Amino acid sequence: MSARFRAGDAVAVRAAYPPGHIRTPYYIRGKRGIIERLCGEFANPEELAFGRDGLPERPLYRVRFRQQDVWPDYGGTPEDTVDIEIFEHWLEPAAREITA
Amino acid sequence: MRRHHDLGGTGDGPVDTRSHDPALWEKRVDAVRNLLGHKKLLTTDEHRRHIEDLTPEDYDRLSYYERWILSLSHHLIERGIFTADELGRKMAEVEAREAKDREQYK
Repeated sequence: MSARFRAGDAVAVRAAYPPGHIRTPYYIRGKRGIIERLCGEFANPEELAFGRDGLPERPLYRVRFRQQDVWPDYGGTPEDTVDIEIFEHWLEPAAREITA
Repeated sequence: MRRHHDLGGTGDGPVDTRSHDPALWEKRVDAVRNLLGHKKLLTTDEHRRHIEDLTPEDYDRLSYYERWILSLSHHLIERGIFTADELGRKMAEVEAREAKDREQYK
């Protein structure tokens, strides 16, 4: 499976709430971040959780989010970030915000 | 909807980071989990699914390895390794044996 995103791409995490074993944390769904790196390709844990093989392997990315974009009442500095590893099927392309 | 185990960002007290020596029963649970992995009878993700499927009350009330016991029990029944009836009878047998031992050595 070829990776859809590259480091630096802006992405949005899908705001989906299926049952089952989901590794995308609740608090990051619907948020926007930047691809930090491709971590590799791995069997899909959502399928492995039900005894299936999870194939084909899917790209897993480390995605960087600004803390102030994640927490509405965040009290730290605007430079603070959080990195989360997220599978490709949870990500969609997003328009990059225009920065001054 | 947020599931109970997925509690990142929800308010709670400080995490107790003190380590402790595992009890014998905890080591046994760990060993069973490892054996099931080696024998390809359980993946990490299946184990996580069973733990995440505990009721919120059980999830909060039980200790780490107590959650594992429930996960492994559900899994082995689901996979047909033993039946709920066999497990229930074995548990009653062990409880009776332990009660007898306590009586004998008190």
